[in-house]
Amino acid sequence: MTWKVICPLTDIPKLGSRLVRTKSVDIGIFRTEDDRVFALNNSCPHKGGPLSQGIVYGDKVACPLHSWKISLVDGKAEEPDVGETACYPVKVEDGIVYLEV
Amino acid sequence: MKKMNLVVVGNGMAGMRVVEELLKIAPDIYDITVFGDEPYPNYNRIMLSPVLANEQTIDDIILNTREWYAENNITLHTNARVNKIDRVNRVVYAEDGTSAEYDRLLLATGSKPFMLPIPGADLQGVLGYRDIKDTNDMIEAAKQYKHAVVIGGGLLGLEAANGLKIQGMDVTVVHKNEWLLERQLDKTAGKMLQKSLEAKGLQFLLKKDTEALIGKDGRVSAVKFKDGQEVPADLVVMAVGIRPNFALAESAGIHCNRGIVVNDTMQTFDPRVYAVGECVSHRGMSYGLVAPLFEMAKVCATHLANFGIGLYKGSVTSTKLKVTGIDLFSAGDFSGGEDTEEIVLHDAVGGVYKKLVIKDDKIIGSVLYGDTADGAWYFQMLRDSKPIHEIRDHLMFGQDSLGNTGHQGQDKAAAMTDEMEVCGCNGVCKGTIVKAIQEKGLFTIDDVKKQTKAGSSCGSCVGLVEQILASTLGGGYAPPSSAKSVCGCTDKSHEMVREEIRTHKYLNISDAMKGMGWSTPNGCATCRPALNYYLISTWPHEAKDDPQSRFINERVHANIQKDGTYSVIPRMYGGVTSSDQLRKIADVADKYNVPMVKVTGGQRIDLLGVKKEDLTSMWADLDMPSGYAYGKSIRTVKTCVGSEFCRFGTQNSTQLGIDIEKAFDHMWAPHKVKFAVSGCPRNCAESGIKDVGIIGVDSGWEIYVGGNGGIKTEVAQFLCKVKTAEEVIEYSGAFIQIYREEARYLDRTVHWIERVGLDYVKKRILEDAEGRKAAFERLLYALQGSVDPWAERVKKRDEHKEFETITL
Ligand code: SRM
Ligand SMILES: Cc1cc2nc3c(=O)[nH]c(=O)nc-3n(C[C@H](O)[C@H](O)[C@H](O)COP(=O)(O)OP(=O)(O)OC[C@H]3O[C@@H](n4cnc5c(N)ncnc54)[C@H](O)[C@@H]3O)c2cc1C
Ligand code: SF4
Ligand code: FES
Repeated sequence: MTWKVICPLTDIPKLGSRLVRTKSVDIGIFRTEDDRVFALNNSCPHKGGPLSQGIVYGDKVACPLHSWKISLVDGKAEEPDVGETACYPVKVEDGIVYLEV
Repeated sequence: MKKMNLVVVGNGMAGMRVVEELLKIAPDIYDITVFGDEPYPNYNRIMLSPVLANEQTIDDIILNTREWYAENNITLHTNARVNKIDRVNRVVYAEDGTSAEYDRLLLATGSKPFMLPIPGADLQGVLGYRDIKDTNDMIEAAKQYKHAVVIGGGLLGLEAANGLKIQGMDVTVVHKNEWLLERQLDKTAGKMLQKSLEAKGLQFLLKKDTEALIGKDGRVSAVKFKDGQEVPADLVVMAVGIRPNFALAESAGIHCNRGIVVNDTMQTFDPRVYAVGECVSHRGMSYGLVAPLFEMAKVCATHLANFGIGLYKGSVTSTKLKVTGIDLFSAGDFSGGEDTEEIVLHDAVGGVYKKLVIKDDKIIGSVLYGDTADGAWYFQMLRDSKPIHEIRDHLMFGQDSLGNTGHQGQDKAAAMTDEMEVCGCNGVCKGTIVKAIQEKGLFTIDDVKKQTKAGSSCGSCVGLVEQILASTLGGGYAPPSSAKSVCGCTDKSHEMVREEIRTHKYLNISDAMKGMGWSTPNGCATCRPALNYYLISTWPHEAKDDPQSRFINERVHANIQKDGTYSVIPRMYGGVTSSDQLRKIADVADKYNVPMVKVTGGQRIDLLGVKKEDLTSMWADLDMPSGYAYGKSIRTVKTCVGSEFCRFGTQNSTQLGIDIEKAFDHMWAPHKVKFAVSGCPRNCAESGIKDVGIIGVDSGWEIYVGGNGGIKTEVAQFLCKVKTAEEVIEYSGAFIQIYREEARYLDRTVHWIERVGLDYVKKRILEDAEGRKAAFERLLYALQGSVDPWAERVKKRDEHKEFETITL
C-alpha cells in the first residue's frame, strides 16, 4: 500500500468529485464544502450506479440513478436502504490530494 | 459542551413524537429523561381498537421498544407518575421517589376519559377506554360475562362496542342524541351507519339519558335510564368524551384554561416549559386526534432544537371509523347553514351516501358513507381552500373522473388484495405497505415512501398509497397541505422561497440558504436543484448558476444510463434533418462504437451508450447543437408536414415549429417543456398532449396548454386562437415565462395550471395585453446571449475537468 498523488485539491470542485481509475477498481474522490476529502468505491450498493456523478451535500452523496443516499464517511446507505460500499484512505497535504492504494 | 437536560412528562404519542423529531434534527443537544405512568414503552394508542377486535396484538402496536430508548440514550421511567414540578429549582418529582432536573420541560400528559358523575360510577366493571389496561380488562371481562353496555355513540364508543361484540359479548350502545356520531355525521349517514352496525349484531338505545348504574355485590349489574327502563350490564364502558389532563401543570402554577395554554411555538407561560398533545389548549382549541398532535410535535421539536422555524396555527381535522367493513369519512363543517350549498348523492340500496357542503366556491365540509375513496382528496381541497367551480360538475364522481389517481383502470385500494402491486417502479405490493404502516407506525406519505419505496419514483401511485394509508390509519391520517415545505432542510414552501429570493435579491445558493435559515449546511439533493433554478429564473444574467446543484444530466449535458454511460441527442429543429446531418451522425456512431442508434419519440436521433470521456470529442465531431433531451428545459417542438406538402395542410406547421424551437432554445424551466405544431385539425403532431400544442386552422392558429403525455395522460386545454405565427410565439412565450416564474420546481405545466386554474392563465395572457408583452420580453431577456452548451464545452475543454478521468 502506498500513497499516490491524485491531483491538487482545487481540481475537485467543492460539493463535487473526480473519478480515479485504478487497475482493479474505479474510485470516486469527493470534496465537501468545508474541504474534507473522501474516497469511495464508485459503485452504488443498490445497482452499481456511478456515485461520483451524484449530488454531494453535507457528508453524503445522492446516487444519480435512484437517489440512494450514501454516507461519504463510512460508505453506508441511509435508512431504510441497506447496503455499503468500500471506503479508501485519502489525505490532503499542502493542497495535494493523496490516495492510498 | 455540556448537554442540556430535557425532561418529558407523558410517555405517549405526542411526547415521543417530539423526541423522535428532535433526534432527527438535533440528536446531540439534550440528555433526555422520560416519565410515563403506564408500565409500557410508547405504543400506538389508536391501534387499541384493532387489538380489542382481535386484529392485532399488544406487541404489534409498540412504537418505541425499550431497546430504542437505550440506543438513543434516553432514560425511561415507566410506572412513574410525576406529581410535582418545582419550577424555581427546575426539578420534577415522581410518586415512586425518582426526580430529574431540567433545562427544558415538555408536558405531554394526554387526556382522561370523562366518567359520568352518576350513582354507581365507581362500581367494579365500569371502565373508560383509554389504555392497554382498559383494553385488557375488557378482554378479561368478555371471558366471564355476557352483557356489555357502552355509553356514548361516538367514534370511541362504537369502536369499543364493535370490539366487545367480536370478543363474544351482547353489546348495547346507549346514546343521548337521535343518531350516532352526531359530531361527525348528518342524520342520513348516521342512520345508515346504525343499520350496518345492527347487521353486525350491535343493539342501540338512542335518545336515552342514563340515570344510574345498579350494582350487585360491588359489581355493576344493570343500567337504569331516566325514563325508568333498565337493561342488564356486567360491563359498562363510558365513552362520553375526554378531558385534557392538566392537573399537574396547574398545580405547578402554569396557566391553564381547560387545557395547558400554549402559544404558536408550543410554549406555556413559562418559556422553559413546552406542552403538546391532547393536554393543551391552543387558541382555545383542544384536539383528540393524532394528526394535529403530530403537527404540534414537529413545531415543538424545531424550537427545542433552536432552529426557531415553524409555527403551529391550529388544524382542521377529519375522521374515519376503524370498524372493519364500514367505510365512513367526515371532515369540516357538514351541517350546512344559511349561505351554504350542498351537493348530495344518495344510493340507499347500494349503501352509498356522499355530501359536500360548499360555501363561497369552496368545500367547507364533507360526509362520505359507503365509498370513502375520495375522502383524502376532498379533505385536501378543504384544507387548501381550493376554488372548485372548474371541477364542480365532476366533483361528486371523485378524483378518478378527473383522471388523477394514476393510470386509468387502476384498482381502488380497498378492492385490492395484499399481493397486488401498488408501485410498478419499485415492485411494492399492498400487503407490504399495510404491514409497514402498522408495524413501523407510519403516519405520512413521506414515511411510507421512505420505508417501503412505494410512490418514491415516478409518483403515479401516490394517490393509491394515500388511500391505503387513510384506510389503515383511520382518523390518524391527515393529508399534507399542498403548501408543503421544499424539503426537510427548511420549513418554507416553494412560494415563500421564491418570494424571498425576489425581495432579498439572493444571487447565490449559500446566501439564499443563510438568509432563509436553512437547517442544513448545504441543503440536500432535493432543495439545491430547486433553489438553483429559482435563483437563475428570478435573476437571469445576475444569479450564479451552480453546476454542483444540478443533477448529473444537466451538469454534463447528456443523459446518464443504467450502466453509467450517456446518451447524446442533437437538436433537429422541428424534426427536420438533412442528408448531411445524417451522414455526420452515422460517422460519429462508427467512430465511437455507439452500441445503439435510435429514433426517439420526439422526432430526432439518439446515440445511446456513449462513454463520458468521449462526450466532448463526439460533440466536436458532430458539430450539431444540444437537443437538451436531459434537462428541465425546452425539449422538442414536434411538427407535422404541413401545408408545404400535405394535401390537407392549412398552415406551414413545420416552419413555425422550427421558429419556436429556435426562439426558445436553451431555456431552463421548472420541468421539461414540450411543444408541438400541427398543420390542420387532424393533428398528426399530437398537439393535444403537449405543454403547448398548436393547431393550424384555415383562419389562423389555435393554442392549447397544459397537455401531458407521460405518467398521467392529460389533454391540453384550449387557451385562445390567434391569426399570425408571430402572435403564436408571443402568446406561447408569455405563457411559458409566467410558468417559469411561478410554478414549483418539478411541476409540469399541467400541475401548475391545476393549482392556479385556467382562468388565471387566461387573465394573465388574454385579458392583460401589456402584461403578456412584458412577460414575453422577460423571456427574451433571459435567453439573450445564451450559447449552445456542447459548443461551449468543446471550446473550453480545459475548464471542464469533470469529463476527465484520472488514471493511476
Ligand atoms: C429517448 C426517449 C425514448 C425514446 O427512445 O423515444 C425518452 C427517454 C427517457 N425519458 Fe421520456 N423519452 C422520450 C420521449 C418521451 C415522450 C414523448 C414525447 O416527447 O413526445 C414522453 C411523453 C410526453 C410528455 O412528456 O408529456 C416522455 C415522458 C417521460 C416522462 C414522464 C413525464 C411526465 O411529466 O409525466 C419521464 C420522467 C420524468 O421526466 O420525470 C421521462 C424520462 C425519460 C428518461 C430521461 C429517464 C431518465 O431520467 O433517465 C429516459 C432516458 C432514457 C435513457 O436511458 O437515455 N419521459 N418521454 C424519448 C426522447 C425524446 C426526445 O427526442 O427528446
Ligand atoms: C381506543 C382509541 C382509539 C383511537 N383511535 C384514534 C384514531 O383512529 N385516530 C386518531 O387520530 N386518534 C385516535 N385516538 C386518539 C389518540 O390516541 C390520541 O389523540 C393520542 O394518543 C393523544 O396523544 P397524547 O400524547 O396527547 O396522549 P397519550 O397518548 O394519552 O399520552 C399521554 C401519556 O402520558 C401519561 N401521563 C399522564 N400524566 C402523567 C404524569 N403525571 N406522569 C407520567 N405520565 C403521565 C399517560 O399515562 C399517557 O401514557 C384513539 C384513542 C383511543 C383511546
Ligand atoms: S425510456 Fe421512458 S418509458 Fe422507456 S424505460 Fe426509460 S423512462 Fe421508462
Ligand atoms: S444504483 Fe444507486 S440508487 Fe440505484
